[in-house]
Amino acid sequence: MAWSSGKNNVLPGFTPALGYTIFYLSLIVLIPLSALFFKTATLTWDGFVAAVTAPRVLASYRVTFGASLAAAVINAFAGVLVAWVLVRYRFPGKKLIDALVDLPFALPTAVAGITLASIYSQNGWLGRYLEPHGIKVAFTPLGIAVAMVFIGLPFVVRTVQPVLEELDQEIEEAASCLGANRWQTFRRVLLPTMLPAILTGFALAFARAVGEYGSIIFIAGNMPMVSEITPLLIITKLEQYDYAGATAIATVMLVVSFFMLLCINLLQKWSRRFAE
Amino acid sequence: MMQVGKMTQRWEGKGAVTEPTWVRYLLVTAALAFLALFLLMPLAAVFVQALDKGWEAYLEALKEPDTISAIRLTLITAAVCVPLNLFFGIVASWAIAKFSFRGKSFLITLIDLPFSVSPVVSGLIYVLIFGLQGWLGPWLQTHDIKIIFAIPGIILATVFVTFPFVARELIPLMESQGREEEEAALTLGASGLQTFFRVTFPNIKWGILYGVILCNARAMGEFGAVSVVSGHVRGSTNTIPLQVEILYNEYNYAAAFAVASLLALLALVTLAIKTVSEWKMQQSISVAGKER
Repeated sequence: MAWSSGKNNVLPGFTPALGYTIFYLSLIVLIPLSALFFKTATLTWDGFVAAVTAPRVLASYRVTFGASLAAAVINAFAGVLVAWVLVRYRFPGKKLIDALVDLPFALPTAVAGITLASIYSQNGWLGRYLEPHGIKVAFTPLGIAVAMVFIGLPFVVRTVQPVLEELDQEIEEAASCLGANRWQTFRRVLLPTMLPAILTGFALAFARAVGEYGSIIFIAGNMPMVSEITPLLIITKLEQYDYAGATAIATVMLVVSFFMLLCINLLQKWSRRFAE
Repeated sequence: MMQVGKMTQRWEGKGAVTEPTWVRYLLVTAALAFLALFLLMPLAAVFVQALDKGWEAYLEALKEPDTISAIRLTLITAAVCVPLNLFFGIVASWAIAKFSFRGKSFLITLIDLPFSVSPVVSGLIYVLIFGLQGWLGPWLQTHDIKIIFAIPGIILATVFVTFPFVARELIPLMESQGREEEEAALTLGASGLQTFFRVTFPNIKWGILYGVILCNARAMGEFGAVSVVSGHVRGSTNTIPLQVEILYNEYNYAAAFAVASLLALLALVTLAIKTVSEWKMQQSISVAGKER
């Protein structure tokens, strides 16, 4: 492929448009992100390892990744259910609910944070019924997972929904003609078709939950070793002027994000091939 | 009661490819219960708690000088960030959607990058460049320029987190429209800019609105990244979300939720405009499909 399809493309402005794109991208995203790696490079290897494997840091990884995984699993199941219901059934208020699914994208995280904290606290709408049964949500790792379910909710729904809409009805008829019952058709025919989309949504929800800060800190309780998430630890280190520590942990987070981005890209390629 | 029994048109009356009625009722009920618990309840809670002490206290909380200044700063931030990223989004999608070149999909991945970075890390990288211990820190201090813990830092961090919104919306839309219409306009003697404003723009205007409204919502609501670079100076470097945090941590719940309700209203308006522009985009794509 040529650098630009210049010979048969008469549209103007390719060079300045691409030039500006790369310039602005470098200025806003690439150079600032590289600052993180340069700063990390000034640490010694031992210092870096010590900073990112301190017991308090390791505990924060456990909390962050554990809760993110739990939330993404819940979102995978609930997301398929919601997408299925929205595509296949008709019920009152469906359009409104379809639009509301994106609320977690539109609602600022701090607002979600204080609201969830107040609902699940001791005197809150749900907390007052849960606490007498010994279920403490606010200020525990469970609360962190609840906030992550909220912010990750649209991802699985929005990746599975288009796949379900595109699905050819004839496959299901064929399965039925061949003697499959409804559950068998779902398990053996529909689920495998939806699987790449479900996994993509799962990975997106997981990646978002790992980096999330605003909606979690209000409900988390933020107790070191117990309910402290990694992004909060970065801020704590910054406030103590421990720039090296903050940078080292942030580098670990960024590498995890890059890895997730790679997984998501591969999953999306897989689902596209699947669709063809 | 509910008309769950009916299926949407495509699926109507196909006994072999649907579920028994009770299964349908059960699934719809379960889905609605989950959404009510995780979506509607938090949304309702914002407004109920905002009005907990009545309308007067609500309006009083919004008239606080610190709140007013937070609203002003949030509006300034959005007014700078949205046009910058809008211009970038249009330029980038012109280059990416209308031309083919090597490394295109890698470029798209790089544009999406800010979405995968934790908001806290997004703020931190600007501290590492402009902060006192950062690359440019000493130079900035001798010239008495403040970026971190001041408004420029807030704007930079917000530009970073809202960077992909317009571009990632316009690239697939413009790709799906191809370039025949533009080529026809150019052949008929239109200039490049005329072609863009008369031909391309009308085709992508709903996509632009969609991208802008989401970009704006995130710019006004960003918390993590802004919280790292703001310094939390009351009445001067607090945006609305940071003001919500301060009021909440001072146990001034009614005021915190009153201010938060502004952002919740913004979210609802965003969703409404988003739904309309999505609908308009689909309409224009299907019309274009029929003409072809």
